[in-house]
Amino acid sequence: MSEIVDVTTLRSWLIRFAGDVEEHAAELTELDSAIGDADHGSNLARGMKAVVSVLADDSTPPSIGPMLKQSGMALVSTVGGASGPLYGTFFLRMATAAGECDALGPDSLAAAFRAGLEGVVARGKASAGDKTMLDALIPAVDAFEAALGEGKPFGDAIRAAADAAEAGRDATTGLLARKGRASYLGERSVGHQDPGATSTALLFRAAATTMIDGEDGK
Amino acid sequence: MKKLINAPEDVVVEALRGMAAAHPQHLRVDTANRIVYRATPAAPGKVALISGGGSGHEPLHGGFVGPGMLDAAIAGEVFTSPVPDQVVEATRRADTGAGVVHIVKNYTGDVMNFEMAAEIAAAETGVEVVSVITDDDVAVQDSLYTAGRRGVGVTVLAEKIAGAAAEQGRPLHEVADVVRRVNENGRSMGMALTSCTVPAAGRPTFDLPEHEMEIGVGIHGEPGRRRVPLAPAKEVAAMLLEPILEDLRTAVGDTKDVIAFVNGMGATPLLELYLMYGEVSALLAKAGVNVVRSLVGPYITSLDMAGCSVTLLRVDDDLVRLWDAPVNTPGLRWGA
Repeated sequence: MSEIVDVTTLRSWLIRFAGDVEEHAAELTELDSAIGDADHGSNLARGMKAVVSVLADDSTPPSIGPMLKQSGMALVSTVGGASGPLYGTFFLRMATAAGECDALGPDSLAAAFRAGLEGVVARGKASAGDKTMLDALIPAVDAFEAALGEGKPFGDAIRAAADAAEAGRDATTGLLARKGRASYLGERSVGHQDPGATSTALLFRAAATTMIDGEDGK
Repeated sequence: MKKLINAPEDVVVEALRGMAAAHPQHLRVDTANRIVYRATPAAPGKVALISGGGSGHEPLHGGFVGPGMLDAAIAGEVFTSPVPDQVVEATRRADTGAGVVHIVKNYTGDVMNFEMAAEIAAAETGVEVVSVITDDDVAVQDSLYTAGRRGVGVTVLAEKIAGAAAEQGRPLHEVADVVRRVNENGRSMGMALTSCTVPAAGRPTFDLPEHEMEIGVGIHGEPGRRRVPLAPAKEVAAMLLEPILEDLRTAVGDTKDVIAFVNGMGATPLLELYLMYGEVSALLAKAGVNVVRSLVGPYITSLDMAGCSVTLLRVDDDLVRLWDAPVNTPGLRWGA
């Protein structure tokens, strides 16, 4: 198995995601104000800013597991609310699955994504269709595994993951919220796109951009 | 937005600094970790009781730190739960060797952050932690909403009653059981006349037309179950009490003796809260429910929201004795 996602690329992914969250912070908060408590954008932006500063502290990046663990802990320690533990757990479980290595092959990356996804499910006790970040995360990880299983090249697989996350994000608009504060809205939650699924779609688009096109995503 | 603040991002820390300045004989505040703890720590062997959550619900939780109630309280951002590091630090500091009870309101963010904190505390500090979740709000009981009921007014009563149990020297699991008993026997329902305004957002969380009210509102201004035309207090009292009594009778049986708690959401004056209490107490008398103790005032607020909530706690002699035990905190004080 070729090892094509190295520690530098993963680091670029996180930094790119941080930039995208910053850029879309107002939009995420606006989505959250319709069905939640109007802080998803500002909270996640604060957390990713902390991740970037943790990553910037290392002139030589540690191996993949420790880097993802530091990032996950930075999120858990700065965000609060629900998105801190959920995104934090995603990266912490990815870290455990990846372990101490300098690069991951496609299958190892898929295993790390799967472990992260399972962590989010366990932490949030939600499932597909509950109108949460899982409605983008589950299709993304499924699509990535499926594409690899069909023997498609890595680039196509990670692009398929990003496309699936965005399709999942769009589909949350018609769903009835059953978890988190939006659940208290009941029927009134229908018609609004889920902010968590929206930020997760950004996460996978950032992965596709940095992992296919290299460090600066160009 | 018209608020007495300096900058929205400094509200929580500056409020904590003010609390420390206002209550030097009672409280110490760690502004870096945003923890309020007792000026005089509890003696070794006393189970520690801690709670916390988003800021904006004052006096909950920091105002309830002191002898007879909490040992420490953790403040998150406005309406955002604290992070695990803060909870771990408060847990480590409050423990006297007898273990720590976490009282957690059933809100997704609070539950997850306290859950992670309990895992970290167990792994890294060796402190024994038992978490109890409060979920007393009948407004969101529909089984479809698997996030479950919200934890609201009963949290105040649980902190007082379990605080007394801890002060008596009851062991960790018994203190946690007292919290559970209070939660199982307590039900609440709230209503809003106006929205609250979160300082960082700068505008009201929701629009509520002049002639409408929100029944079943949560403590963050999150919408309730329905909007109805504004009605006289007498009718509001019935709208809040009926689902509470029905739920209590179905879930725990005959409800004879209760503590009745009419809580202000922040902007409703005591004049109106006492008026509401009068209506509640009359309806309870008519329903054959005996109010053995009462509490009226703003104790679990929602910033500047106007409105109130009603909590009924079904009590036995043990719970009443614990309720009557001395308490000495900035927010609640008697017999001390």
